[in-house]
Amino acid sequence: MEIKDSALVWHHHDADPDFGSCQSKELLSHLENVLANEPAGVTKGLVAEKVLSMMVNNGKAPDFVMCIGDDRSDEDMFESILSTVSSSSLSALPEIFACTVGQKPSKAKYYLDDTADVVRLLRGLANASNPKPRQTAHFQLDLVELSRSFKTDPIMNPFSSGTRLRDMIRAIRACKTAAEERAVVRKECASIRAAISENDQDYRHRNLAKLMFIHMLGYPTHFGQMECLKLIASPGFPEKRIGYLGLMLLLDERQEVLMLVTNSIKQDLNHTNQYIVGLALCALGNICSAEMARDLAPEVERLLQFRDPNIRKKAALCTIRIIKKVPDLAENFINPAAALLKEKHHGVLLTGVQLCTDMSKVSNEALEYFKKKSIDGLVKVLKDLANSSYTPEYDVSGITDPFLHIRLLKLLRVLGQGDADASDTMNDILAQVATKTESNKNAGNAILYECVATIMSIEDNGGLRVLAINILGRFLSSRDNNIRYVALNMLMKAISLDSQAVQRHRVTILECVKDSDASIRKRALELVYLLVNENNVKSLTKELVDYLEVSDEEFKGDLTAKICSIVEKFSPEKIWYIDQMLKVLSEAGNYVKDDVWHALIVVITNAPNLHGYTVRSLYKAVQTSGEQETLVRVAVWCIGEYGELLVSNTGVLDVEDPMTVTEADAVDVVETAIGRHSSDLTTRAMCLIALLKLSSRFPSCSKRINDIVRHLKGSLVLELQQRAIEFNSIIEKHEKIRSALVERMPVLDEATFSGRKAGSMPAAVSTPQGAPPKIPNGVAKPTSAPLVDLLDLSSDDIPAPGSSGGDFLQDLLGVDVSPASSQGTNHTQKSGTDALLDLLSIGTPPAQSSSSTLDMLSPSQDNKSSVDVLGTLASPSLSAQSSSPVGSSSMMDLLDGFGTSPSLPETNGPTYPAIVAFESSSLKVTFNFSKEPGSPQTTLIEAQFLNKSPNIYSNFVFQAAVPKFLQLHLEPASSNTLPASSNGSITQKLRVSNSQHGKKSLVMRVRINYKVNDKDVLEEGQISNFPRGL
Amino acid sequence: MGIRFVLMVNKQGQTRLAQYYEYLNLEERRALEGEIVRKCLARNEQQCSFVEHRNYKVVYRRYASLFFLVGVDNEEKLSALHQLCNNLDLPIYNKSGEGFNHQLIHPKVEAGLPNELAILEFIHLLVETMDRHFGNVCELDIMFHLEKAHFMLEEMVMNGCIVETSKSNILAPIQLMDKA
Repeated sequence: MEIKDSALVWHHHDADPDFGSCQSKELLSHLENVLANEPAGVTKGLVAEKVLSMMVNNGKAPDFVMCIGDDRSDEDMFESILSTVSSSSLSALPEIFACTVGQKPSKAKYYLDDTADVVRLLRGLANASNPKPRQTAHFQLDLVELSRSFKTDPIMNPFSSGTRLRDMIRAIRACKTAAEERAVVRKECASIRAAISENDQDYRHRNLAKLMFIHMLGYPTHFGQMECLKLIASPGFPEKRIGYLGLMLLLDERQEVLMLVTNSIKQDLNHTNQYIVGLALCALGNICSAEMARDLAPEVERLLQFRDPNIRKKAALCTIRIIKKVPDLAENFINPAAALLKEKHHGVLLTGVQLCTDMSKVSNEALEYFKKKSIDGLVKVLKDLANSSYTPEYDVSGITDPFLHIRLLKLLRVLGQGDADASDTMNDILAQVATKTESNKNAGNAILYECVATIMSIEDNGGLRVLAINILGRFLSSRDNNIRYVALNMLMKAISLDSQAVQRHRVTILECVKDSDASIRKRALELVYLLVNENNVKSLTKELVDYLEVSDEEFKGDLTAKICSIVEKFSPEKIWYIDQMLKVLSEAGNYVKDDVWHALIVVITNAPNLHGYTVRSLYKAVQTSGEQETLVRVAVWCIGEYGELLVSNTGVLDVEDPMTVTEADAVDVVETAIGRHSSDLTTRAMCLIALLKLSSRFPSCSKRINDIVRHLKGSLVLELQQRAIEFNSIIEKHEKIRSALVERMPVLDEATFSGRKAGSMPAAVSTPQGAPPKIPNGVAKPTSAPLVDLLDLSSDDIPAPGSSGGDFLQDLLGVDVSPASSQGTNHTQKSGTDALLDLLSIGTPPAQSSSSTLDMLSPSQDNKSSVDVLGTLASPSLSAQSSSPVGSSSMMDLLDGFGTSPSLPETNGPTYPAIVAFESSSLKVTFNFSKEPGSPQTTLIEAQFLNKSPNIYSNFVFQAAVPKFLQLHLEPASSNTLPASSNGSITQKLRVSNSQHGKKSLVMRVRINYKVNDKDVLEEGQISNFPRGL
Repeated sequence: MGIRFVLMVNKQGQTRLAQYYEYLNLEERRALEGEIVRKCLARNEQQCSFVEHRNYKVVYRRYASLFFLVGVDNEEKLSALHQLCNNLDLPIYNKSGEGFNHQLIHPKVEAGLPNELAILEFIHLLVETMDRHFGNVCELDIMFHLEKAHFMLEEMVMNGCIVETSKSNILAPIQLMDKA
């Protein structure tokens, strides 16, 4: 009987039970928040009060009051009953049973689990109050049962965790932003810390429960670790339990905490209460360190024979941790572990089998022991398990304990590997499992999967392998993605055993590459990669390349890498290789790694008959897929090198469509690329070089190219600006040598390039399965020809060998150092070399070039080494520099316009300003300097003496003294009489050799004697204002 | 079995339970959870329940608004790496640059191959166990009874291995607790 004025009922009968129940709880929690402030008026509390007072007024005072309710509104009732009864003027206070339904915080003192219990209670009461004598015998009993069915106040139960944990979770749930959540957590943490420092006993477990929640949310909780230790040390089971849980969750790798807890665990392992022993074992199994393992191994060994199977199973897993931490201990456990395999209890068997598996991994002795003693037993256990009738406790969709099945199969796999006899023993049971297991449920498939893995790993038995591959074939055609995934997984294993059998499934596997599921695609792609051989490479690559067009963006990277790798590895001919690479570059050029297109360029240069074909294909491709950066790079490079083949249509292959490209069209491509917003520095730099080359190949476009180059002189990027200025200068002023400068690159050496790639493998280990390796830093072998550096200039730490330094330079621009153009300048003139080096952007700051991935013209390290090399080559002939500057004119002219170039002063020969070395009221001495060619240490000084006085000086003697690191040679003076009033001068030459040239400057003391009017005069002074660098 | 972690996450990607069987510091944990949850939640019903992430293979399953995720060792990756390096005769390095011992992982690595389907079955067992205890377990049950959920997990998994597969054996100590 229930009459309600208005009610909102939310049914979830027809909804999905899980989802509905979840939603309803969610709704409830919201409603509770919203309806927290109920309107004043009629409540159950008021009604209860009224009923009670009516009964009292009618003279029928209650014997006892029992109210049961499960609602929020019932809470008022519980409260008002307590107050009404205690305040009423009843002579005998009735017993009050306020009872709520379900365990939750409540004002009621008692609770019942659910409505069924309420009914039972009422029935019990009804029976008890039934006056029939037959029932009286049961009366007492029922009351006892009744009182037992009441449970104690929830607040007293530590695992209801008190209202405040609940409040905290509510508060955290109510937070709308991360900041709010942080604030709540901070507050809670503060109060927990306070409680910890006050050593609060009562709320320790609750605080720890809170900390666990906070830990789960991802906040630091290390300060709670010591609380765990205190709880573990306390005598009660509930405290210990939460203490151990907290320890496992909150523990970081601080060893001191582990040390402190070792003793508690040891005590608990010897506890009389088996549940406490269980707790300690569990904790030990999860956290134990090597030291703990040594300390506690004897306890664990003893517990492996404990009477309760629940302890034995935990001890078994604990042992796994111990032997993994300290493998030496394994032999102590071999016998007890083998004994576990004879158990009946599933939990013990499961963990025992696991223990034996892990033990076989760490100890060969154990492996041999189990092979000898345990295989027959294991086969029998598996047989019994497979044939066992229905056991409800362990049944999973008709199969008894699939987990144990799988464990057993795993152990058999370990034991059967490489042991024909052992494999033979287990053949029958494996065949039985493989054929009899139901495959329409996940559990069955899990067992089949494991069984196949075992068959694949143990010694060969043809029949079984066929069976296994067939199972995989069935898996592969399954509609369930999970099954297909594991099938692909296992086929990867199978391929090394029987690649023919796996090849049969090629078509299906290829389909999987195109699956919508990323996990399956990835697996399938890896499998296809392994399937490729010389025979099927063309068809497989075609499929993959076709799929590249439609695949997801995120998959393209993987796919591209694999295709490139396949093509490189198995390519039957160069034209096919180039074709496939062009397709990949046009579809997914942005995903192609640097070394892949470097390799492509190497291949192109090595296929002279395909140059025309390649450049035309690239030209076509770049028209449609100009947004693919690497495609553009390769195209620009090829147009720069082979541009004339593009225009002249030479070497047309049969398969090609004829096309006409004008010189202007080719330049268009490069100009578009250089102007494209997305092009990066490398691409633009490559474009500039291509333009320089084209300027000589396409005379008709020379002016246009120069305009483009000139335009880039204003580039904000230093690198581009510098190149543009230099190239502009080449185009405008050096018509004669330009064509020589920009000749075609010599053929790049394939062997060296692949050698370098192989040398780079250590860096590529992180990408297994043959993903293309990245070119390494600093692993270049000294033998590698500098040519290859063209493709990888960025980061070689090892200087190019001295002998090839010059070649390297020439090759950079394809400079042909033919006798006609620049013989002599190159290796005798420092200035000439400088000019060349400067052309090659020596001035580029190292930081820039080290950051760019590939930079044709700014190889900081290599160039530096080359400078050194050439610098030393040039130094013996330095004398030529000041004496014959004209000789290097053709190269030096290249420097026109480089007024600020740092090398300019040197190329013009050193000049030093004259100084006034000494001056007094009567005398002035000036020094002029010059260097002797070829010996920079030696300075020639011409001293000039002037007489400022009106008297003639006679017997004029100039003396000078220098420190030890200098050598001074004075030549005779031009005269020893100095005319008066600056009407003439004396000159005298000095030759100073500076052994510390470049480090110390010249310094000199001078003394000058002369006679004025027959009177001796002596003047002295120190000269330290010599110019630097003498 | 090599279970590395068990996560329960709601639809919004908030962690509701996290248990790790190896030590990860706070930042690593947060990052890992974020990455994995983002990956898994983005997948649809038809896609398979396995995701490879870093060195883990993550097996996940959705129950109403709750996702259960279990991370296992991706030993396959290790063995593939190992084979590659063996072929090339190169030492293997782990992320901290120390050399791996070949012998330690190679010959028996096959035994550690994770069985993804079994993990899936394990997740279902975990959910059924919680269901039996809470009665239609939902996110709130786990939130407000976090320690109980942990106790159950503790009875089922220890040090990354499955201990017990019988629901009544798992729940017995917990029910005993409630009665005490």
